Amino acid sequence: MLLGPSLIVSAVLFSLGVAGVLLRRNAIIIFMCVELMLNAVNLSFIAFAQQLGPEGHVIVFFVMAVAAAEAAVGLAIIISIYRFKETVNLQNINLLKG
Amino acid sequence: MPASVGWVWLVVLLPLLGFLANGAISFIKPDAKGAVSAIGVGVLAAAFGVSVAVVSGLAGAAHDAPFIVTLWEWMPVGAFHIDLAFQVDQLSAVMLLVITGVGTLIHIFSTGYMSEDPSYPRYFAYLNLFIFFMLILVLGSSFPVMFIGWEGVGLCSYLLIGFWFSEKANADAGKKAFIMNRIGDFGFLIAMFMIFGATGSLSFVEVFEAAPATLALGGTTVTLITLALFLGCTGKSAQIPLYTWLPDAMAGPTPVSALIHAATMVTAGVYLVARSNILFALAPISSTVVAGIGGLTALFAATIAMKQWDIKKVLAYSTVSQLGFMFVGVGVGAYAAGVFHLVTHAFFKALLFLGAGSVIHALHHAYHHTGSHEDAQDMRNMGGLKKFMPWTAGVMWIATLAIAGIPGFSGFFSKDEILAQAFARGHDVPFFYVVWGMGAVAALMTAFYMTRMMIYTFHGPNRTGEKEGSHLHEVSWVMTGPLVILAIGSLFGGFLNLPAVLPGAGWLHHWLEPITEGSAAFVGEVHLAHNTEWILLGLATVIAVVGILGAYRLLKPQNLVPAKDATPETGMQKVLLNKYYVDEIYDAVVVKPLMWLSRAILWKTVDEKAIDGAAVNGSANITRFAGWFGTRFQTGRVGTYVFFFVVGALVLLRTMVR
Repeated sequence: MLLGPSLIVSAVLFSLGVAGVLLRRNAIIIFMCVELMLNAVNLSFIAFAQQLGPEGHVIVFFVMAVAAAEAAVGLAIIISIYRFKETVNLQNINLLKG
Repeated sequence: MPASVGWVWLVVLLPLLGFLANGAISFIKPDAKGAVSAIGVGVLAAAFGVSVAVVSGLAGAAHDAPFIVTLWEWMPVGAFHIDLAFQVDQLSAVMLLVITGVGTLIHIFSTGYMSEDPSYPRYFAYLNLFIFFMLILVLGSSFPVMFIGWEGVGLCSYLLIGFWFSEKANADAGKKAFIMNRIGDFGFLIAMFMIFGATGSLSFVEVFEAAPATLALGGTTVTLITLALFLGCTGKSAQIPLYTWLPDAMAGPTPVSALIHAATMVTAGVYLVARSNILFALAPISSTVVAGIGGLTALFAATIAMKQWDIKKVLAYSTVSQLGFMFVGVGVGAYAAGVFHLVTHAFFKALLFLGAGSVIHALHHAYHHTGSHEDAQDMRNMGGLKKFMPWTAGVMWIATLAIAGIPGFSGFFSKDEILAQAFARGHDVPFFYVVWGMGAVAALMTAFYMTRMMIYTFHGPNRTGEKEGSHLHEVSWVMTGPLVILAIGSLFGGFLNLPAVLPGAGWLHHWLEPITEGSAAFVGEVHLAHNTEWILLGLATVIAVVGILGAYRLLKPQNLVPAKDATPETGMQKVLLNKYYVDEIYDAVVVKPLMWLSRAILWKTVDEKAIDGAAVNGSANITRFAGWFGTRFQTGRVGTYVFFFVVGALVLLRTMVR
């Protein structure tokens, strides 16, 4: 695999993720965009690992584990919010307003 | 050093122990009056005994004086170090005996005078504390140690003037005394700084030894030092312009007036000048100022005393006037004469105040019996008391003749000595003739107003009131006893220092010679021709006799009416009764502007607007605004936070990736 195209794909995916987090209002979708960003980073790790040695692979597994844990916690929070607020639209959730 | 001189610390310690014991009793068991009297008088009598031993030890080895008794090192700061040490020499010996001797008598008198006061232990605690500080003042071997005593007696004076503090006038009088004294203390402090700057030391022995070599005769430094010292004296010893606190100090118990405001504390200024005689001798201008202020005060206060109705106010102005005489003495360079008058004055003025105390005590009792609220200190309510109180009347006449200057009595010799010295030194400094003139006129007035006081108090018809008359009687022996002893002192105190024309002359003068010999080189010894001296003695006698007889001829005690029926004074009499309105002038010139400055400028503007408004509330407002600005970013929406997060990440990337 070529390093350059892989990184470009990774950058595009990451930017899509950032844009999604910034622009969407549904908590589930924002959550999915975060996963997208994580996986974009994973892709660039794999690409570098081809060139530089196996450490990149290790990090990828690590990120996957963290992402799984994060998904569990994040989804639980979203469900709690839904039970409390009857919505997952983040526009309506601003309890920390200063 | 003689062994007994080494015990001098005990003289100081005893009154302190008395203060601690009586102070403890005042909290634990305030009605234990027997114990308080025993402690209060006992420590003083013991201190007097030790003082006699110390002074006799000193007298046996006088040529080796001064003896320095060092207790401990107080302030070692590099080259500057001060010991807590006592200096026993001829001058402090005189003061030691006067303070403990007269102090003991006044303590005994107080046990009678204050016997019905609910704050009896507190009174004796303060009195003992005062003696402690007064002894530190006269025994201190350096200016700072003396300053401890100087401040301490000021504190005790304040506490005792305001002893009956539940009346606002008394508390105000205490504050006035304290503040006036603080003005003087400022001068004392400045003088200490300058002395250290000039000579590099503050101990008396070192400073006075170095002074003639380091300080030029009549130079600016020594003149400023002595003027600053004299400012301290005008505060403590009630001279113009800081004298107004002393008449108000009569708000305290009468024995306090006798001890603090007549016999001892107010003479501290005279002691200071006599102690620093070498410095004053090096500064002729300052000495002239001292003599001039002294003469002016003597005259000015005497005129006010002529027209006071309050018996204690007469004595208060008389004290101010007599202190003026002492300053004339030390100002013209006759330091021994000033100290001599200090000693005799301690006897006869303490006697006069204590006598006035017994009169007030008797009148107070009489009014108390009948439930009347007349003024027990107003002479218009007295009169004819000699048949009720023969002992008091007798001893007070002795004191009056002494202060008026009748030959043979102590005041004659001491006052004449001062006036003669002023006259003699007028040959070199013509201004001293003016001072002598002021002193002579003041002496005439002294004889007059003292006789006036005696006539109005003890002679003529009684004006106390018909019901009260039967309750007037002589006070108990604990009060008359000290009076008799003081009367003996007033009678024979003059023999300490007889005029040069009499045999056995000048004993005190010779005794003090080691103290004043340093200054003798600059102010010199002045001897009057014998016939001049006889003329001056004769003149002094004539002045005293004229004053007394004049008062007898001019005053009509039978025309007086009790204070409540009296018509108000008019014209010059009113001006004198109101003390030339000096208090009112000070109030308008100093107090009111200062109050205005404090209130309008310092309080309302500087404090409320600048400090509270700009500094305190201003910084709070800035913080509050910053906080408000920060909260604008806390929208509570995840989107906002992510946006800032991304922006932050991009900025970081931009700076790190180059």
